[in-house]
Amino acid sequence: MDTQQYESDARPVLEAPDIARVLTRIAHEIVERAKGADDVVLLGIPTRGVFLAQRLAVKLEEITDRKIPVGSLDITMYRDDLRMHPPRALARTDIPGDGIDGRLVVLVDDVLFSGRTIRAALDALNDIGRPRAVQLAVLVDRGHRELPIRADYVGKNLPTSLRETVKVQLAEEDGRDTVLLGAKQTP
Amino acid sequence: MQRHLISAADLTRDDAVLILDTAEEMARVADRPIKKLPTLRGRTVVNLFFEDSTRTRISFEAAEKRLSADVINFTAKGSSVSKGESLKDTAQTLEAMGVDAVVIRHGASGAPYRLATSGWIDAAVINAGDGTHQHPTQALLDAFTMRRRLVGRDAGLGQDLAGKRITLVGDILHSRVARSNVDLLHTLGAEVTLVAPPTLVPVGVEAWPCEVSYDLDSTLSKSDAVMLLRVQRERMNAAFFPTEREYSRRYGLDGDRMAKMPEHAIVMHPGPMVRGMEITAEVADSDRCTVVEQVANGVSIRMAVLYLLLGGNEPAVSHARIEEK
Amino acid sequence: MSKILIRGAKILGGEPQDVLIDGSQIAAVGVGLSAEGAEVVEAEGKVLLPGLVDLHTHLREPGREDSETVLTGTRAAASGGYTAVFAMANTFPVADTAGVVEQVYRLGQEHGYCDVQPIGAVTVGLEGKKLAELGAMHESAAGVTVFSDDGKCVDDAVIMRRALEYVKAFGGVVAQHAQEPRLTEGAQMNEGVVSAELGLGGWPAVAEESIIARDVLLAEHVGSRVHICHLSTAGSVEIVRWAKSRGIDVTAEVTPHHLLLTDELVRSYNPVFKVNPPLRTERDVLALREALADGTIDIVATDHAPHPHEDKDCEWAAAAMGMVGLETALSVVQETMVDTGLLTWAGVAERMSAKPAEIGRAAGHGRPVSAGEPANLTLVDTEYRGSVDPAGFASRSRNTPYEGRELPGRVTRTWLRGKATLVDGKLT
Repeated sequence: MDTQQYESDARPVLEAPDIARVLTRIAHEIVERAKGADDVVLLGIPTRGVFLAQRLAVKLEEITDRKIPVGSLDITMYRDDLRMHPPRALARTDIPGDGIDGRLVVLVDDVLFSGRTIRAALDALNDIGRPRAVQLAVLVDRGHRELPIRADYVGKNLPTSLRETVKVQLAEEDGRDTVLLGAKQTP
Repeated sequence: MQRHLISAADLTRDDAVLILDTAEEMARVADRPIKKLPTLRGRTVVNLFFEDSTRTRISFEAAEKRLSADVINFTAKGSSVSKGESLKDTAQTLEAMGVDAVVIRHGASGAPYRLATSGWIDAAVINAGDGTHQHPTQALLDAFTMRRRLVGRDAGLGQDLAGKRITLVGDILHSRVARSNVDLLHTLGAEVTLVAPPTLVPVGVEAWPCEVSYDLDSTLSKSDAVMLLRVQRERMNAAFFPTEREYSRRYGLDGDRMAKMPEHAIVMHPGPMVRGMEITAEVADSDRCTVVEQVANGVSIRMAVLYLLLGGNEPAVSHARIEEK
Repeated sequence: MSKILIRGAKILGGEPQDVLIDGSQIAAVGVGLSAEGAEVVEAEGKVLLPGLVDLHTHLREPGREDSETVLTGTRAAASGGYTAVFAMANTFPVADTAGVVEQVYRLGQEHGYCDVQPIGAVTVGLEGKKLAELGAMHESAAGVTVFSDDGKCVDDAVIMRRALEYVKAFGGVVAQHAQEPRLTEGAQMNEGVVSAELGLGGWPAVAEESIIARDVLLAEHVGSRVHICHLSTAGSVEIVRWAKSRGIDVTAEVTPHHLLLTDELVRSYNPVFKVNPPLRTERDVLALREALADGTIDIVATDHAPHPHEDKDCEWAAAAMGMVGLETALSVVQETMVDTGLLTWAGVAERMSAKPAEIGRAAGHGRPVSAGEPANLTLVDTEYRGSVDPAGFASRSRNTPYEGRELPGRVTRTWLRGKATLVDGKLT
């Protein structure tokens, strides 16, 4: 995706300070709902969900003063649209050492859209272990769900049209923190 | 776009690194309680083995099953394969059953290429070893093993084998493993040296991207990995070398020779090993010997190849050279 | 049979002239010949050659009529401009007795498309052990003068020596398929860079050259003549050149495919390129062309080797060796020798008609295009260019390496002793 194009005609809906703020809020909500978060495992969905999970872990550790297990869960091989594209390069699946059995897994992703990614993530989790419960944290929920899935923690609800795109940029990958709303490019 | 893996020479550096990286992720599946992925659900893969090779077939079968493909094993061991029709007829029978991929092992060099290009079938063809030509998944699993040991499991991701010095010892002439490894290791930037008695080096080797030496001892200290190839005893009768004892003395790897290798260097063997011939028990059982790892890595590599060729609507691996042919 | 006037034909590529055929003979050659009482064929500047003679054809009958018969093979020959072919002995049964050679000879006469001159086996059953009845075959109605175990090498030096000596009694010649058998066990293609890469068993040049070297020395020693079949390597050229410089009575042939194709084609693993001796390297091809031009190699012979589709529609190792060649030979020679400036059409006539007829003692063939000679002629449209379509072959087999390849030249008419066997590219 061409970043330049985004910058020319996309407008930021969240800037770096906003992102930091909503992550702090989500961290507090997790602690609150998980009653201290002592069995929480954060699993980010590559690519940007992993960075968000790592940032959340830092914030949770600040709040709880405990080490929070954080990992990544690649859902590529569980996708339901595999036959519609060439195979994608796999990303890392990294389950923290103590596993997920009996724990509260919080899946972390950047944008919640159709829900198909999360469906695939639930399937993938199923092959890895049996959590006590699974919750979902996303930076942006842009609506247009195609499956009965909802997020437990949402950074920002962003009503969008299907002709729009939502692009999350994070410093670790993109050099800066921002969420951009733009028109779909028609090449 | 072709959807086959026929020769290691068909892979670009980026293709090869993508396969190795993908295999690294596949390897993690083996550590999970449920060693299975749904990726190839509904795909049918046939293992078409005209040559007996339990190891390779089991490795492919494990890979296919871990990716949830439906697996059909067809072993035409020693049957009426001398007549060419059987390959075509068998292929067309399989085509009629609607298979998505054929993993083929055949005694005749070029049989997989022929299967992929003759118009007999539409399925993807994966070469599991043909005659004395190619065995690309073996080369990939060898490169994977080298990258893990010499570069590192995580450090190796995205990396090739640039500058690594790899020595292949033994029957180069009759070895598809040697041909595949020379091609792939060269693509990955390694420096390859072949060591063998001159009788077991093919005429025409000068066109290969590697060095050739007849002296094992002088190459050992300059090797990051030494791969021993099986030497079949029947070669002795065809006057390729005088006696087993003389072969072992000149080209076998024993403890003394292993001691000349750099400390980090590994010993590899595609198996099955002929202990006492090309490798002594002391070397085979040492922790520098990666034979068992190679077997485990074979499953990961084959999962990666199957995923990249069959996992989408078209293959992820480009095959520019085949299309040119 | 009446008169035919071929008007405006470039005889051996020269200035246009008329040729008058009367019955089975050429009655007159000149400019402005009278057409009175003659059917007129307007040559329109096409090249007129003496009917071609192939010293190396496999007609497969008796025994492998599924791949070729004397009828289909001689029709293919007529299509290619041939008026005489020498039929190799490796049939089933082997042509190692007077009975078999007479049968083949008579079939050729009956069909009338092309004279068939059987070649007799050197050894019984081509087994290389015991001399066949060479004299009896010579004295038979077939009048065999050329003997060959082609497909197999007469590798036993003593048998080869005896054969060379024995045929002197009646002016025969032994045509050797030069292939040292031990050096070519499991051989699948030329041994070199390509075989190393493809993992196909190598057929080294030395396996051919060592036999040729031995046989020219044997021929010198016993004072006989020897013919080398399908010479394929630069080294073989050197040996034959050396032998001729010593005055040894050796002749040699090259196939059209060895003048054009190289072992690079084997990379396709397509068995249409599988042939024995195998396709060699570019360097060999160039040496063969040069040797054919300078006379070191005497003749072009097709080694026309028909095989049924199923013997080629398989993996390389399982496939039969050989290519059909009668219907494309002249085009390939034009492409490689004439259009490259290496040979004139007179040179082609020498190497594809006169000289092979002389080596095989084929009476009435390979004669000059002049009055009083037998009317064995072929008319070639040398301006034509077209791609090879095996579906149009007269041969029963289609195993050509040239399918889809554009080649120059097309034989439009062939006359066998004044009788048209091919008219406007169609068999009569």
